[in-house]
Amino acid sequence: MYAYDEIDRTLVNERVSEFRDQVKRRLSGELTEDEFKLLRLQNGVYLQLHAYMFRVAIPYGTLASKQLRALAHVARKYDRGYGHFTTRQNIQFNWIKLAELPDALADLAKVGIHAMQTSGNNMRNVTSDQWAGVAPGEIEDPRIWSELIRQHTTLHPEFSFLPRKFKIAITASDHDRAAIKIHDIGLRLIKNEKGETGFEVLVGGGLGRTPFIAKTIKHFVHGRDILSYIEAILRVYNQYGRRDNIYKARIKILVHELGIEKFSREVDDEWQHIRNSSLQIDDEVIEDIRSRFTYPAYEKLPHMPDELRQAAADPDFEAWRKNSVAAHKVQGYSIVTISLKPIGKPPGDATAEQMDALADLADRYSFGEIRVGHEQNLALPHVAKRDLPALWKALDKLGLATPNVNLITDIIACPGLDYCSLANARSIPIAQELTRRFANHELANLIGRLHINISGCINACGHHHVGHIGILGVEKNGEEVYQITIGGRADENAGLGTLIGPGVKFDEVADVVEDIVEAYLALRERPEELFMDTVKRLGVEPFKERVYATR
Amino acid sequence: MPLVNGGKIADDSFVKLAVDTPLPESGDILVPAERFLGEAEGLLKRAGKVGVIWPNNRDIDELVPYLGKVAAVALVFPTFRDGRAYSQARLLRERYDYRGELRATGQVLRDQFVFMLRAGFDSFDVKKQADAEAFMQTAKRYSVFYQPTGDGRITALHRRMQLRHSEGVGT
Ligand code: HEM
Ligand code: SF4
Repeated sequence: MYAYDEIDRTLVNERVSEFRDQVKRRLSGELTEDEFKLLRLQNGVYLQLHAYMFRVAIPYGTLASKQLRALAHVARKYDRGYGHFTTRQNIQFNWIKLAELPDALADLAKVGIHAMQTSGNNMRNVTSDQWAGVAPGEIEDPRIWSELIRQHTTLHPEFSFLPRKFKIAITASDHDRAAIKIHDIGLRLIKNEKGETGFEVLVGGGLGRTPFIAKTIKHFVHGRDILSYIEAILRVYNQYGRRDNIYKARIKILVHELGIEKFSREVDDEWQHIRNSSLQIDDEVIEDIRSRFTYPAYEKLPHMPDELRQAAADPDFEAWRKNSVAAHKVQGYSIVTISLKPIGKPPGDATAEQMDALADLADRYSFGEIRVGHEQNLALPHVAKRDLPALWKALDKLGLATPNVNLITDIIACPGLDYCSLANARSIPIAQELTRRFANHELANLIGRLHINISGCINACGHHHVGHIGILGVEKNGEEVYQITIGGRADENAGLGTLIGPGVKFDEVADVVEDIVEAYLALRERPEELFMDTVKRLGVEPFKERVYATR
Repeated sequence: MPLVNGGKIADDSFVKLAVDTPLPESGDILVPAERFLGEAEGLLKRAGKVGVIWPNNRDIDELVPYLGKVAAVALVFPTFRDGRAYSQARLLRERYDYRGELRATGQVLRDQFVFMLRAGFDSFDVKKQADAEAFMQTAKRYSVFYQPTGDGRITALHRRMQLRHSEGVGT
């Protein structure tokens, strides 16, 4: 865990008092809505369909139990008793009153949580692998670098009014759980031949109207140079990124229009000027940040404790364990993913009671730590294997033991028409219907790893382009229509899905998904061949045929 | 628009000229970039200070040869959303070592003062009187800064190192 010190806390408090003043000036009419809009967005406040929506940052997805309790408190006191975890390691509240927002922020500030730059045309919450620091085989804990970059990009005086939003994600594992290739800057922590730590830097990824997979701009940037290199990228983008057209303002368009070679030359030119400046990070600074991450005092535990052996007799426990428990770098411990995708419920929602109870479970079983992943699930990162059966029982009581992580009902979905003022179509009800269709665990398990992603409009908040099955809601003649893509993925082999044909109506979406799944089951060569592999081998044609032959 | 200079509301000695306004005999003038580049020699010879209004989409490199001769550079925020002039300001101050007046013009609200000061601005054409009056108070809103910029303020990273070292000395 990383703990904010007095310096960080002071900044967060100063920010709250500034925002309190801004809200007061807005309520008194001193600030116009146009002027205020920009300021509120920089504090994570959107004006939505029904109310103000409030987005809170969870930097690199790490939460302390008392922070999760504070989020529960905000849900209970200022909202309707629940929050919505998003694909960007944030949590959103949908029913907050503007006049109460400064108080909500002040309550969160007490535990070092804020909403700085969770929206607006600035550098957003830095995201990372939700298994950071515990995943076996990772180069090193990517959160140390995430935190360095979080600090550097917070209230940056040059980059707080960029052409458009800007997102940085970091991974340190071979398996990319941070979806770095669909970010404006993606960083992959690596070691060079000399054993020095640095980054492969990718740039220009993003979804939305014009999706792009990020391209590598540098194969190795030394850790000490990473801030100056990022600064160089941002400076080029700030100056040359398009501002005439909001749809073309993201860095992905600049990279695409210039071409990666030309863009990287511009960045290099800039970099040469600033690389040996005070932006250079010496080891001491990194060590200081590293020293403020504390790690649990792990015990020496057996690989296979008796508790686990006994519980294995219970098929329900085993189903959950196989699905939700992953290997930990320390023997005797596990990483437990907590599905926020119960059958029939909106993906990513958690009630205040669930959050409080999870905070208690984290205290009891995971050294007080919780993680949030971009799949809209949570994780407990340090669970002793002997505690797994007890944890499972407790989670089950809370409705949080659905064994569907990475299965077809582990759906990622944006809020869509239910909350979002930009939506063209509903997302949540589609997700709910699909979870009901595939509620049978045996069937879901037989299908295997399959990610469905749903967005309610072209902005792609639900990452539909990179869903194994992607569902995009659009509007056609006043009706909700859904376009289906297959074959996208957001991991280390990220790619965009292919459209399989004309859009289908709301009522048909679940049938179409069933058709696709049936086609896959019939087409796969062996049970181990995953959906993605079958699509890769055969292309979209056979799926298209199956879906449209009868429609 | 009230002008804030040196931290307080001040009179503006500069007269803003358009591209085609006749040149006044004497007095300080602020000239659009285009005109400045066209008539630089003549303008710099007359009595009175010359400042230049530099648009945010024009390469700052073109101005560099004149930096020793101009008394003021006014950078432009056409809307408060458009942050290009922040980069220009930092380049002028940090890369080209420009020490004259650096003025923020256009949509300048109190909520940007801290960012602008940190980027190197020292003079502000403020949109609203109330914001100009609140300058000092607003400029001091933050005491913690995470990034090094040419304003020389100590960053949080280095503040921590200092604290750590001074603790070390004591023990
Ligand atoms: C409810 C209010 C929301 C609004 C008004 C909103 C607005 C937008 C807009 C306009 C874009 C497109 C930006 C662009 O490509 O330039 C976008 C993209 C995105 N949003 Fe949202 N969003 C909302 C909620 C969410 C939620 C709930 C999530 C997560 C579940 C989310 C995550 C994302 C992601 C991941 C993208 C992908 C685009 C990219 O960066 O490549 N947003 N959003
Ligand atoms: S994808 Fe569209 S509908 Fe969904 S949250 Fe984003 S902006 Fe709203």
